[in-house]
Amino acid sequence: MKLNAKVPAGPLPQKWDQHKFDLKLVNPANKRKYEIIVVGTGLAGASAGASLAELGYNVKIFCIQDSPRRAHSIAAQGGINAAKNYPNDGDSVWRLFYDTVKGGDYRSREANVYRLAQVSANIIDQCVAQGVPFAREYGGLLDNRSFGGAQVSRTFYARGQTGQQLLLGAYSSLMRQAAIGKVKQFSRREMLELIVVDGQARGIVVRNLMTGELESHVGHAVVLATGGYGNVYYLSTNAKNSNATAAWRCHKKGAYFANPCFTQIHPTCIPVSGHYQSKLTLMSESLRNDGRVWVPKKKGDTRSPEHIPEDERDYYLERKYPSFGNLVPRDVASRNAKAVCDDGHGVGETRLAVYLDFADAIQRMGEHTIKEKYGNLFDMYERITDDNPYKVPMRIYPAVHYTMGGLWVDYNLMSTIPGLFVLGEANFSDHGANRLGASALMQGLADGYFVIPYTIGDYLAKSSFNGVDASHAEVKEAESQVEANTQKLLSINGKKTVTEFHRELGQIMWDYVGMSRDENGLQHALTEIPQLREEFWQNLLIPKDSKTLNKNLEFAGRVADFLELGELMARDALERKESCGGHFREEHQTPEGEAMRDDENFAFVSAWEYAGLNNAPNMHKESLTFENVKLTQRSYK
Amino acid sequence: MATKLSLNLQIWRQAGPDKPGKMVDYKLNDVSPDMSFLEMLDVLNDDLLQKGEEPVEFDNDCREGICGMCSLVINGVAHGPQKGTATCQLHMRKFKDGETVTIEPFRAKAFPVVKDLVVDRGAFDRIIAAGGYISINAGGAPDANAIPIPKEYADEAMDAAACIGCGACVAACPNASASLFVSAKISQLALLPQGQPERYRRATSMVAQMDAEGFGDCSNHAECEAVCPKEISIAHIARMKRDYLRSVFK
Ligand SMILES: Cc1cc2nc3c(=O)[nH]c(=O)nc-3n(C[C@H](O)[C@H](O)[C@H](O)COP(=O)(O)OP(=O)(O)OC[C@H]3O[C@@H](n4cnc5c(N)ncnc54)[C@H](O)[C@@H]3O)c2cc1C
Ligand code: SF4
Ligand code: FES
Repeated sequence: MKLNAKVPAGPLPQKWDQHKFDLKLVNPANKRKYEIIVVGTGLAGASAGASLAELGYNVKIFCIQDSPRRAHSIAAQGGINAAKNYPNDGDSVWRLFYDTVKGGDYRSREANVYRLAQVSANIIDQCVAQGVPFAREYGGLLDNRSFGGAQVSRTFYARGQTGQQLLLGAYSSLMRQAAIGKVKQFSRREMLELIVVDGQARGIVVRNLMTGELESHVGHAVVLATGGYGNVYYLSTNAKNSNATAAWRCHKKGAYFANPCFTQIHPTCIPVSGHYQSKLTLMSESLRNDGRVWVPKKKGDTRSPEHIPEDERDYYLERKYPSFGNLVPRDVASRNAKAVCDDGHGVGETRLAVYLDFADAIQRMGEHTIKEKYGNLFDMYERITDDNPYKVPMRIYPAVHYTMGGLWVDYNLMSTIPGLFVLGEANFSDHGANRLGASALMQGLADGYFVIPYTIGDYLAKSSFNGVDASHAEVKEAESQVEANTQKLLSINGKKTVTEFHRELGQIMWDYVGMSRDENGLQHALTEIPQLREEFWQNLLIPKDSKTLNKNLEFAGRVADFLELGELMARDALERKESCGGHFREEHQTPEGEAMRDDENFAFVSAWEYAGLNNAPNMHKESLTFENVKLTQRSYK
Repeated sequence: MATKLSLNLQIWRQAGPDKPGKMVDYKLNDVSPDMSFLEMLDVLNDDLLQKGEEPVEFDNDCREGICGMCSLVINGVAHGPQKGTATCQLHMRKFKDGETVTIEPFRAKAFPVVKDLVVDRGAFDRIIAAGGYISINAGGAPDANAIPIPKEYADEAMDAAACIGCGACVAACPNASASLFVSAKISQLALLPQGQPERYRRATSMVAQMDAEGFGDCSNHAECEAVCPKEISIAHIARMKRDYLRSVFK
């Protein structure tokens, strides 16, 4: 199958408007004849579910948690970007577009990114109208801050809980539609299979997580908004239930998986404290606005930080990147932290941490101001580590945070399976090889509020549908596949728990498909992962009752999928013989150790087609052309 | 390195919604004080699995105090001993070597037990559906800065909006009232100009739904405020009551 991104013709600024005009509309009276299945209730899913119901479609929406309000988006702290230019500091749609394409290291699709920047302003309007209590200035207008090294202040925020507030806004709109019956909400359900009939995505099979019963739901289109796959690394900043299962099962049914190796490692997380560690906690990027990163100049220095004099400290980011200093992009900050630790300068008990020091900022602005700005983050840090960051520097280390890769979608956000749309972190579309801070929330809400309501109508209006109900052969087939898979898991009488397997996989991924990669390591991962997978299917220890709440069984299914996805990530990383954004190949760096792209050979999206478990997948390329920005080598010196 | 703890755990076990439940004793050694409370339960569960026993089911997701999924009553207190802290943010350094720790679900008539420590809080979704929103469709919003909002109001609305919907307030209340949760939403929207058109209607319908779900009345015990991980103030309950009365006598 040849990939067709369906990017509309015409000049960049007019593409979306023209496209909206060209899209076919569904007559208002007909909308209620369509049934849309939305999987996921994060920012992308909740906003899509609410908007589609407002238009008159019948929506069924699913999530794993006990309430749609608890989706992983709730944990986003820092903020959401929008090209409002309220501070009058030179922002514009064009600048947000440009920064996003450049930040993504020229591996995203221009037209998608431009549209994202265009609708960003509407998102803020929408959220304020819903009652989202964004931070304000004394004059009553919205406050903005600069985030993640952006040169303009375009980030809107609600204390350190921006994701929570945006999600609760979308959730409230969703529940408003639930009250009038346009949305039917199904919590504690896990999608385990996609139902494809006559080549169209027509439904899903879910497991009711409370009773273990399988349920099938059919409709006219399926919207997948199931989030990212960072938990393939076991330890990440993602919530425990975040997973790749829905996306992976769709992949196995024919949806191409794009750029799987593009993962983002966030530089400021609380370091691992022990083997029992179950997840990692992010310390918002905004801390780098005022904190200074350093390590002792002497290797293996075990003195406590207050005993290390100023001239024996290496503020390595300020030293290497004088113009950006501590605000270099995430990938650069993360790689440098790893490099100084690998080199023996790490701090703390595990030696896998660097300091983030607020002493200067406190001296300059006073403890009160710092408390106002970061109080809740400092409290969180103290609760976890028992250290007081007002007195001693924080210890931080990079952690897996976000996955830019995901199911391949065209400009309409439709995957390679007709009728299967993919939104939010689950798709690959807008962030290229590296996502800028505060842009994931923007993308999720753009997709849900302002893109899918238009593009899904065009698909529905142009398609014809055969009648499908619960007794259809494809539905039965999908159900029996799920049942067989469950029985296969339950029939293993092994000795190792799901967590142990997950941890082992995570370690392989972190060591060889992590912050920096090379051919040997990737080859190594490509032999180790299948071996671990083999062992998993022989040696899993699992509670046997499937007709009850059984979290081990849920996780076993997800880890089984991660064991396949991890291999694809390694393969993709191996094939991409260049460094770009979050993907750093040791073999491809400048003499100064910076990432070196190869635009001639790798300015493409790799879109992988599943070919069966024991066959190598096929790679398709969507070549990226840049008509509006000039490709430059990123430099933050 | 701080010394490891040995704990006597007493945990509520219940096989399903209609099954009888009971407290069961477990002994757990080598607990690191740096572990979170939920990591301690992870370790217990791995032990149980290895011994061929059923692991303890408990809800959790973000493990950083924001999703509202975790919901344990620890030593008789919803979310345990540390003020302003959700179960998942609690660390074992708050416990003593040799201590007996009881762990139970959030109990209330309106929160039926699903299994072990897991309860069904669907009632909260239905209360929000009854009116916890502003009626605005995507696409119809005016410019975000069209209506200035005094910072004090925006900040107070944010204080209320910080509620994570965990239900600890219900579990702690002698009447199993959901007033703190409901008032936090009513108050947030009542403080904002966008929330005015539906203000009184919202108060009536949300309160009616709270009653219909079987939550009790508020008689000012303030136990809710004491356990709330987001330290939501009972001042919001007062605002809710005022708005409710006004809507009834309007
Ligand atoms: C700690 C943290 C802080 C962050 N801070 C920021 C920030 O400040 N700014 C920013 O822009 N971005 C931030 N991000 C990134 C951003 O939060 C996420 O990328 C974004 O919220 C993802 O939204 P989503 O709607 O795509 O998916 P999610 O919010 O992950 O939602 C996924 C949904 O899918 C459901 N689901 C998954 N699988 C299944 C299945 N098989 N069956 C049924 N349902 C399923 C889940 O239940 C859930 O409802 C942060 C991320 C983290 C981890
Ligand atoms: S008011 Fe507090 S205790 Fe009650 S649901 Fe909200 S956060 Fe939880
Ligand atoms: S697990 Fe999310 S609040 Fe505790």
